[in-house]
Amino acid sequence: MKDAIGNLQRILVLGGTSEIALATVLKLAEPRQGVHVTLAGRPGERRAAAASALHAEGLQVTEVDCDVRERNSYEQAIASAFDADGDVDVVIVAFGVLGDQERAWQDLDAALELAEVNYVAAVGCGVLVAQRLRAQGHGAIVALSSVAGERPRRSNFVYGSTKAGMDAFYAGLGDAVAADGVQVLVVRPGFVKSRMTTGLSPAPLSQVPEQVAEVVVDGLRQGRRTVWAPPPLRFVMSALRHLPAPVFRRLPG
Amino acid sequence: MDDRRALQGWGGTSPSVSLVHPAGDDRDLVAMVTEPGRRGVLARGLGRSYGDAAQNGGGLVADMTTRNRVLSVDTQTGEVSVEAGVSLDTLMRLLLPMGLFVPVSPGTRQVTVGGAVAADIHGKNHHVDGSFGDHLASIDLLCADGSIRHLTPLDDLFWATVGGMGLTGVVLRVTLRMKPVETAYCVVDTERCANLDDLMQRMTTDDHRYTYSVAWVDCLASGASLGRSVLTRGWPATLDQLPRRLRHKPLDFRPPELAVAPAHLPNGMLNHLTVAAFNNVWYYKSPRERRGEIQSIGAFFHPLDGVRQWNRIYGSRGFLQYQFVVPFGAEDALRRCLTMLSDAGQASFLAVLKRFGHGNSGHLSFPMPGWTLTLDIPVGSAELGGLLDRLDEEVIAAGGRLYLAKDSRMTAATMRKMYPRLEQWREIRHEADPDGVFMSDLARRLEL
Repeated sequence: MKDAIGNLQRILVLGGTSEIALATVLKLAEPRQGVHVTLAGRPGERRAAAASALHAEGLQVTEVDCDVRERNSYEQAIASAFDADGDVDVVIVAFGVLGDQERAWQDLDAALELAEVNYVAAVGCGVLVAQRLRAQGHGAIVALSSVAGERPRRSNFVYGSTKAGMDAFYAGLGDAVAADGVQVLVVRPGFVKSRMTTGLSPAPLSQVPEQVAEVVVDGLRQGRRTVWAPPPLRFVMSALRHLPAPVFRRLPG
Repeated sequence: MDDRRALQGWGGTSPSVSLVHPAGDDRDLVAMVTEPGRRGVLARGLGRSYGDAAQNGGGLVADMTTRNRVLSVDTQTGEVSVEAGVSLDTLMRLLLPMGLFVPVSPGTRQVTVGGAVAADIHGKNHHVDGSFGDHLASIDLLCADGSIRHLTPLDDLFWATVGGMGLTGVVLRVTLRMKPVETAYCVVDTERCANLDDLMQRMTTDDHRYTYSVAWVDCLASGASLGRSVLTRGWPATLDQLPRRLRHKPLDFRPPELAVAPAHLPNGMLNHLTVAAFNNVWYYKSPRERRGEIQSIGAFFHPLDGVRQWNRIYGSRGFLQYQFVVPFGAEDALRRCLTMLSDAGQASFLAVLKRFGHGNSGHLSFPMPGWTLTLDIPVGSAELGGLLDRLDEEVIAAGGRLYLAKDSRMTAATMRKMYPRLEQWREIRHEADPDGVFMSDLARRLEL
C-alpha cells in the first residue's frame, strides 16, 4: 500500500507497452528501488523491451499475457496480478488503438476494432479492477483518455467517440468508488509524440510521454479526478467545447 | 451499526477503507474473529499510532473504545483490571484521586490500554521503570480460533502480544500494576543545554537520579548549536513538597482542554520559518536552569492534550513521526542523524530525545538501552522520503530500530534488519494464528 511519503509497492499496467504508461511507472517508482510492476499485454518484442527497460531502472517486473479483445484473457490477467502477494496500489488502463480514421467510419471491422478495444474492453477492465480495489479498501486507477473525446472532430471522430465513452465511464466510476477509498484519475492528453502518433504532424501544445507522466503523478498525489496534459489544454478544450458547431467545423486539422 | 469508512493514523496519511464494527461483548468479538472475511480483523483503540498500524483496508476493524469499563481496583496492591478499550485518560481521572498513577505514560493520555499493550508504549520513566509490558500481571487474549486465553509473563504468546501491534489477537482485558503516588504533581528541574554534547553529558551523568527525564531538541539549530535543547526531569511530588495552596487537594486531577484545532487548516503552516521561530522562542523562554518547580501531571506529561486534534495543524497532507533508537555507544550515529536532519532543514516542530533503560522480552518491543530521538515532520517535500531512507541506513548500521507505532513508511527489508527477533515472533504468531486472521495495513506493508 502507498505509504505516508507516497512510496508505492505494486503497479499494474493494462496495455503494458504504452509509452505514456511506462513513463508514468518510472516516475511513480523513482523514489525507491524494488517497486513491483506487472505488465499485462500481448507477448512479443515490445513487451519484452518494456520489461527490460523497467528492470534496468531497478523495478521488479512480471509480464502477463493479455489480449483485451478477449474477455477471458483480461479477466485472467487482472486476477493473476491481484492474486499475487501484496495489494496493487495503482492500475494504469493504457491500452488503446488509433487506427486509420477514414477507414474507421467506413469499414465495419475497423470501426468495431476501435470500439471494442478502446471502449468495450476499457469498461470490462474497469469493472474488474474496481471490484478488486474496493476489496482492498485503497488504491488508484489511472485511465488514459484523450482530449479527442471532449468534442469529437471530423478528422478523428471514431477514435474520439470511443475515448468519450471510456472517459465518461471512468469519471462515473470514480464517483462510485470514492467512498471505498479508491481514486480514479482520468487523464486527457493532447497530442503526444509517441508510437501511436508516428507519421502524424504534431498539433499545437504537443508533448512527450514523460510530460504526461509528470501530470499523472501530480494528479494522483493531489487526489484529482481529471487532469489535462499539458494542463493549459483544460482551458483550450473548454473554449472549443463552447464554439458554435459551424465555427468548430471550420477549424483546421 | 457497522460502518464502512476511511481510517487513518494520527499523522493523517495513507487512509484505507474498512468495515468498522463497534466491539460488543466477548461473544460478539468471537463471532467476528471466527468469520474474518478475506482481509482479516484488527482491533483499534483511539487511533493515536501515527501510521497505518490501526487500519485494515478492505477488512474488519473492531472499535474497542466501546469496551471501556474498569473491572476491579485493588487500592492496597495497586492492581487494576480493565477492559482493553479503557483509555489512560480514564484511568488517571478515576484512579489518581485514589493515589494511583499509570505505571507508564506516553505523551498523550488518549490511548487505550489495549493499544498500550500492542505498542508496548514507553514514557519519560523508561530508563528506570521500563515499558508498559513490564507492568502487566496478565492479559486476556481472543485468539484466531475463537478461544480466549489468559496469558501471563510466563507465556511466549504474552510477549509476542506485548509490542505485537495487535497481530496475535484481540486484547480483551488487562490487569496492570498502577504506581502509588501521594499527589497529582511532579517536581521538575529544567536545564537549557547548549548543544548535543552538553545534553548527552548531563543525561548520562544523572538521569538515574530522576524518575522522569526527557529533552526537547531544536533540530534546526546547526553547527556549534547542533542539538541545543531544553532538558526537563523530575519526580512524582510528595505531599510535603507541595505548596500550601495545593495541599488540601493533592490528588486533584482535572486537566483543562484549552482549545480544539480547527479542521481544514492550510498545508505548509509548519514550515522552516515558523518552526525555527517557534524553536527560538521555546528555547529562550525556558529558564537557563530552574530546580524544584511543581507542575501538574497534565502539564508535565501531556502538554499537547490541551489542544484536541492538534494533528490538524499539519494540514490535509498530514505529517509523520520518525522515532528511532540507537544503542549506547552509537552516539556518533545519533549525531550524524541529527546533522542530516539539520542540514536538510526539515522542519520538526517536535523533536524529543530520551535515554532508554533495559528492554523487555517482547519480541517486537521497541525500547532497547540507548538513545531514542523522535521527530514530527510535515509530509510534502520531495526530498523527505530519500532523507528518511538514508536515516534508516544509519540506524540499521548502528544496530538500532524504528518504532512501529510511529512508522508509516519503512520497508519490509528494513524492518527485518531492525528486529532480530522477528522470526521468533513470526513462529509464535503462526502457531496462534495460522491463517493470518489478524491483519493490518502495517502488517501488509512490512510483510509481517
